Amino acid sequence: MQTSSPSARTAFDAIVIGGGLVGAAIGYGLQRQGLDTLLLDEGDIAHRASRGNFGLIWVQSKGLGAPHYQRWTRGSASEWPALAEDLQARTGIDTRRQQPGGVTFCLGEEEFERRSEYMAQMQAEAGNFGFEYRMIRAAEARDMLPGIGPEVTGISWTPYDGHASPLHLLRALHEGFTGLGGSYLPNAGVADSTAAPNDFSVHAAGRRFTAPRVVLAAGLGNAALAPRFGLSSPVVPERGQILVTERAQTLLPMPTVSLRQTAEGSLMIGDSKENAGLDTVTQSPEIMRSMARRAVRCFPWIADLNVVRAWSALRVMAPDGLPIYDQSEQFPGAFTANCHSGVTLAGTHANRLAPMIAAGALDPELSLFSARRFDVPATA
Amino acid sequence: MFLPRPEPRPATVEVFVGDAPVRVPEGATAAAAVLLAGIPAIRETPVTGAPRLPYCMMGICFDCLAEIDGVPNRQACMVEVKPGMRIAPQHGARVAKVEA
Amino acid sequence: MTTDLAIIGAGPAGLSAAIEAAALGLSVTVIDEQPAPGGQIFRGVERAATDPALAGEYGTEGANLVRRFRGAIRYPGGIDYRPSTTLWHLDTEAGLLSLRGEGGSTTLAARRVLLATGAQERPVPVPGWTLPNVMTAGAAQILLKQAGAVPRGRTVLAGQGPLLWLLAGQLARAGAAPSLLLETTPRGALRAALPAGGFWRGRAMLAKGAGLMLAARRAGMKVVSHVTGLRAEGDGILRRVVWDGGSTEAETLLLHEGVIPSTHVSRALGLPHVWDEPQRCWRPEVDAWGATPHPLLAVAGDGAGIGGWQAAVAAGALAALDAARRLGRLAEHGRDSRAVPHRATLGRVLALRPFLDRLYAPGPAVLAPLEDATVVCRCEEITAGQVRAAAKLGATGPNQAKAYLRTGMGPCQGRMCGTTVAALLAEAQGLPIPEAGALRPRAPFKPITVGELADLPGG
Repeated sequence: MQTSSPSARTAFDAIVIGGGLVGAAIGYGLQRQGLDTLLLDEGDIAHRASRGNFGLIWVQSKGLGAPHYQRWTRGSASEWPALAEDLQARTGIDTRRQQPGGVTFCLGEEEFERRSEYMAQMQAEAGNFGFEYRMIRAAEARDMLPGIGPEVTGISWTPYDGHASPLHLLRALHEGFTGLGGSYLPNAGVADSTAAPNDFSVHAAGRRFTAPRVVLAAGLGNAALAPRFGLSSPVVPERGQILVTERAQTLLPMPTVSLRQTAEGSLMIGDSKENAGLDTVTQSPEIMRSMARRAVRCFPWIADLNVVRAWSALRVMAPDGLPIYDQSEQFPGAFTANCHSGVTLAGTHANRLAPMIAAGALDPELSLFSARRFDVPATA
Repeated sequence: MFLPRPEPRPATVEVFVGDAPVRVPEGATAAAAVLLAGIPAIRETPVTGAPRLPYCMMGICFDCLAEIDGVPNRQACMVEVKPGMRIAPQHGARVAKVEA
Repeated sequence: MTTDLAIIGAGPAGLSAAIEAAALGLSVTVIDEQPAPGGQIFRGVERAATDPALAGEYGTEGANLVRRFRGAIRYPGGIDYRPSTTLWHLDTEAGLLSLRGEGGSTTLAARRVLLATGAQERPVPVPGWTLPNVMTAGAAQILLKQAGAVPRGRTVLAGQGPLLWLLAGQLARAGAAPSLLLETTPRGALRAALPAGGFWRGRAMLAKGAGLMLAARRAGMKVVSHVTGLRAEGDGILRRVVWDGGSTEAETLLLHEGVIPSTHVSRALGLPHVWDEPQRCWRPEVDAWGATPHPLLAVAGDGAGIGGWQAAVAAGALAALDAARRLGRLAEHGRDSRAVPHRATLGRVLALRPFLDRLYAPGPAVLAPLEDATVVCRCEEITAGQVRAAAKLGATGPNQAKAYLRTGMGPCQGRMCGTTVAALLAEAQGLPIPEAGALRPRAPFKPITVGELADLPGG
């Protein structure tokens, strides 16, 4: 096995800045394409959206009004089985992927109606690409999921959804990457950098590294890094909280958008949206309460389980909530990837995006994800 | 296993460890009752099924988790005994009680 | 209603702080997980004070401290004492405590918060330490205090520190003398510790220690010194204790390598911590009054650095005086003059500490177990070897190791494994232990059910 610290070498084919799920998936993909890749990561205390990821491979709510995002997400869900198999074969690590489909709960009649409209519109926008879903009434949903609460009026279901262990995935990507000969360097925040077309240098951990390609996958750090490479990544933090219960014997056959049972047996309860700057230490009892309340309304039996951990992490959010993928016009060879769905999109990041970066240019299908979309003044 | 010393601390509270009645002094915890009962394990871990008994007795290690009066995964070392209390061993991860 | 001073923990520091603060006219609320006051050191003293096995400061000074606390509760407006209550969240901006008691979760507003959460025993991750009937020495002592119970059959003590000798003496008096003490203090440690001095000022403690040693040996306890390679063996239950050059059958093995501050809550609150090299542990950064850099929070007692119960009583009183000054009930000169006797006590009772810290410094194998197969995370059953492999993969600290391995994700939230994982990662990187950092725990500080969260008032 390779050691994590790169040798004295300083010249690489590609440098990926950011060792979270996005950077590691891209780095893994690049290394698999034969590019000698350096993966730079921060230290033990970093913002680490990856560690706070909820673990969904989630398709059914992605991309209303942005069918390219729905397609990209669906593509990732369909790449996932191959990625999981590949990682397991190389590292022996099971990412605990399961894609049995997934559900979104509707509490009350109004939520059911709104959800029905939402899903119908998703299908309409998908056009020929198709979008399979069902709105299922509570009576039938009770046969699919155990112990649904009386306030549940129904669920939406799509066959594309699933979940995986974000932590197993991260470890598998890191191990797979180094196993393929990639160089992983932790405690290596970027201190300084220079950019020229297909000629980049990055100063980190007291050393200077060079490569003709650089990929910015530093999560929230991209906002400050991108301009140095002729790119733009206007991402801001959005805090999400997760409650994790003790292990229970397996009950849930499929994930829901805000509740899933992990392979270890823990129930994970998400998902809150709040704007809290970069504070990841504070948990708010009010947010915990609202998450717990909704979980209990969906599955009353969850009330008895002990919450052993609560977690807050910062989502990497672009103004319109969609990913940003971009290539630098000023400095060809510089790319950026920004998203809040590091697990869902791991399939496309490793299997589709990395080959494009290795080939030197993003495919036209990604042009709609360019940050240039924010240059256009919004029309009311 | 542990032995009581009735002279300084008379065993006046009857509880059940598994199905067996055990008499313990007032002020003792459920974990003390487990050790006085002399059972070989209070739980098998959810990860490998390894047997465990109380380890720290002060709320730190969570190795004394037991089902107490029907509630699983309680820290037995933090629960004072009450007459008739039922302390049951756990095998692996708890079962969530889903009412149909 | 807002309380002037919320005190977390009803051990020596918390009780002393409560008595002092109430006497100064502050409204005080004492939150404690235990059903009765005393902390671990004076646990159950109201019931067990007359147990001859526990004769000594437990039955005298300990009982007296608890009696004074009970008396202070009866002052008009005195102390709101909430036993069997757990702090599970603290909003340090608003001074709002979330408490879990018998009747569910409640909140309490406080003008100042004193963490008096004490110490925990240092983890002793030897091979086989997860076997049933391997426990900490402190656990056996707690069983004696709360239930009058003693281990049956052949009992082996292993490790080092004053508590082992105290326990040996107490068990002997209870008619259950341990068979064997395996002392891990290395050869030469005594000579190396002697220059630390403090013997004259600490003579009372030394005399007490010598008395304990004599009593335990008289009761038939054998002692093996300079023990290395300690391990517990058995088939689902403890059968034998093995060390380099020896082994013995055992029904109970009681481990002890000293105590370390319980920093779970102070860490979760994001307080700065400093590495205490003589004691090989982290402690929150506090000033001479126990005040942390956070305007709301103070820490007193062993939770701020190990000093023993007498030091905790003095530190609790000092923190109460400082709280009174901060809340405008006491002028600075009043605080300072009232502090004089407590500072004198601290000087006296801490005199021997440097000597004890040097003599009983935990060996490297206690901090970072040598054998890869040794379990370090008892909840998730992760071994030292797995932590070393995570270090190779690039984990530089316990938070990344937790993401790779789940060390610290179980119900104990890393209380048992955090320090060991950090030491293993430091060793793998060739760095001093503090360079690896520490786990960053989060609320809830103790488990709380989803239903209790859902039932929180409001919304």
